[in-house]
Amino acid sequence: MRFFKDLFSPDYFPTFPALVLGLFLIPVFAGVLGSLLPALGYFPALGGYSFSLDIWERFWSYPAVESAVLRSFCIGIIATFLAFAFCQLICACFYQTKMFDRILRGLSPILSIPHVSLSLGLVFLLTPSGWILRLISPELTGFDRPVPVSFFPDIYGGSLVIALVVKEIPFLLIMTLGAMNEIPVNRGLRVMRGLGYGRLMGWSKAILPQIYGRMRLPVLAVLVFSVSVVDMAIILLPSNSPNLGILVLRWFNDGDLSFQYQAAMGAMIQMMIAFTAVLVWILLEQIGKFWLSKSVMHGRRYVFSSSLVEAGVAKIMRIFSGLVFLLGAFSIVILFVWSFAGRWKYPDALPSLWTIKYWSRHLDGVGDALWHTICLGLFATILSLILVIGCLETQQDQRKRFVYAMQMLIYVPLLVPQIAFLFGVQLFTLTLHLDGVYIGVIWSHLLFVLPYMYLSLQGPYSNLDSRYIHTAKVLGQDRLRILFKIKLPMLLRPILIAFAIGFAVSIAQYLTTLFMGAGRIETLTTEAVALSSGSDRRVIGIYAFVQAILPFIIFGIATILPKWIYANRLGMLGER
Amino acid sequence: MSLRLEDVQIKLDKKSLFDPISCLVKDGQCLTLMGPSGAGKSSLLDYIGGGLSRDFTASGKVYVDEVSVERWPAETRRIGILYQDDLLFPHMNVAQNLSLGISAEIKGIERKLRIKQALKDANLEGFEKRDPARLSGGQRARVSCMRMLLSEPRALLLDEPFSKLDQELRERFRGFVFGRAMDLKLPMIMVTHDPADAKAANGPVIEIGA
Repeated sequence: MRFFKDLFSPDYFPTFPALVLGLFLIPVFAGVLGSLLPALGYFPALGGYSFSLDIWERFWSYPAVESAVLRSFCIGIIATFLAFAFCQLICACFYQTKMFDRILRGLSPILSIPHVSLSLGLVFLLTPSGWILRLISPELTGFDRPVPVSFFPDIYGGSLVIALVVKEIPFLLIMTLGAMNEIPVNRGLRVMRGLGYGRLMGWSKAILPQIYGRMRLPVLAVLVFSVSVVDMAIILLPSNSPNLGILVLRWFNDGDLSFQYQAAMGAMIQMMIAFTAVLVWILLEQIGKFWLSKSVMHGRRYVFSSSLVEAGVAKIMRIFSGLVFLLGAFSIVILFVWSFAGRWKYPDALPSLWTIKYWSRHLDGVGDALWHTICLGLFATILSLILVIGCLETQQDQRKRFVYAMQMLIYVPLLVPQIAFLFGVQLFTLTLHLDGVYIGVIWSHLLFVLPYMYLSLQGPYSNLDSRYIHTAKVLGQDRLRILFKIKLPMLLRPILIAFAIGFAVSIAQYLTTLFMGAGRIETLTTEAVALSSGSDRRVIGIYAFVQAILPFIIFGIATILPKWIYANRLGMLGER
Repeated sequence: MSLRLEDVQIKLDKKSLFDPISCLVKDGQCLTLMGPSGAGKSSLLDYIGGGLSRDFTASGKVYVDEVSVERWPAETRRIGILYQDDLLFPHMNVAQNLSLGISAEIKGIERKLRIKQALKDANLEGFEKRDPARLSGGQRARVSCMRMLLSEPRALLLDEPFSKLDQELRERFRGFVFGRAMDLKLPMIMVTHDPADAKAANGPVIEIGA
């Protein structure tokens, strides 16, 4: 107890940031270095002791590698741009209207659908033999067999872009809301409308420039993720037109060990692509900023000086938001339907025979994967929670600069492509015989669980009325007691929400589990991806559905628990 | 120019905030609304201006120059509003903030001239490139007022615009706003807690929620 008292005394609190940074930055940088050395030819485990540039040449001589690099880059930029643009348009058109609340309620659940189940659901919906075509065939289309054109997944990566946009819009929406917190957005918009500006023009001139700086890091995290995505790409890109991430994974798993060099080089190139994408994005930012600040002086009240255009955009965004919601919702429904499908002839709208045969046959397999998923999720989330609260508690005594630096550093794992450091980290764990061990996997999940939990808890933590704390101090409570008796109970709701978010992030992890688990720890996600190529849709449906539904259960518990605990405390339920 | 209300009523959870209001404000005249906090004064201004929060329901007619505008979107009503905060946009300089107010039909050099004239009128000559955050409270208030007037409003709403200024500044800025608005013959509705404001407005006073 004495130790804990010390740890929580003001002087010792920096332990937490130090701990977090030690857990985060050092291994990530070491991992990048661990990928860099083999890429340059230094790979003692495989007898490589000399530096050379051969691998660079070998990398580029691999068939069609340029197109994979280009695909990674373009898909990432386009998907991020579309998601960002749509998100801003939604805010501009609907902020402060009932429609906005409805959109937010409809889209935010998509946030918790794991990438893999969403992608698989979209495949089941949109392929030539998918649900949508089944529903309208043969009546509307005249097809009585699947069309032999493969438009989903398509070779250009459009399918992947669609999935990324659907997945990222809700995240960016919530980040936009967070960024608006400290700015008088309502009154700013009212001033603009009082001066005669339409919604789109008012938003882009007065609000967007003010909030963009605050949501820049999340946007860049989306960009880096989209450029280097692997799990969704495996599902949504045809195998003959991979992106770089898929190639690196293939080389890494190749029986011919000399491909390890290639994989390391690929990881480095992936990092360069992400870096270039960020630079291009910043360039776009600057162009946008310049153009906006120029256009301020024109005084035009509507986009294209036409209120009709703005009304039209609003109408389109209404339909578009509905579409995103339907894609999200039905991607889960279709997983469920397939998991119970017996006979399902094309183009029937529903199976002609339903069965639980596949569920009972795969119950053991799903159970194991579910068990691993839950254990990893629990450990990673609880550990993160302790660290996040420790950091937030420390921050309260610190200057703004310290807090800002801390936030930037916590973002680092989200701004480096996973594969770039996982490859190197995996080499270290191999030499230390830590591969395929739970701890390693938990740590790797921590890298992504912690930033998101930090993001979600930071606002509520600093918004807690400081007079409560002061009152408690005056009443003679020490810091530890204030933390456990006042702050944490008062923050129960946001803490549980952060917990659910962390859990959802952990459930969705693919590459980290794969690399650190050395293929020995199988979660719902790794299983679902492994099954995705060529397995029976019914089996895929089972795994992906369980994976999709798990976060919802956790979120459900997180919402109900405080209501139950504080059932007779009106003041704890009053806040929206 | 004139501003007229007819049976305007605002409800929160089906409860009326105040008795229905009907009144006519003629050009250059200032109607003062007084009353305790939470009586619905600011909500009434929001309704007139077109920015009432969705939590409220409202009924009644708002006429600007005898045309009813209560169903129009806020941006087409041309009713200017001043808040107690100046709400100058921090990412723009003074000229850019002012330029926001000027109609797009006015182009090029004429825009610059109007900005220059506005700054001259506000006793802020040569302030075009200044950062609004580095101005004094009184200077910011005047820029904010000029921005609104540059949009050539047909009526003016004042939501306690003087309450955050200190005594001396307050009197001067009040004189400035009233003087400009009366020159432009704008009808005004002002919300305030300060009897001195009401006296300076020299117009009818309506007590709300008393």
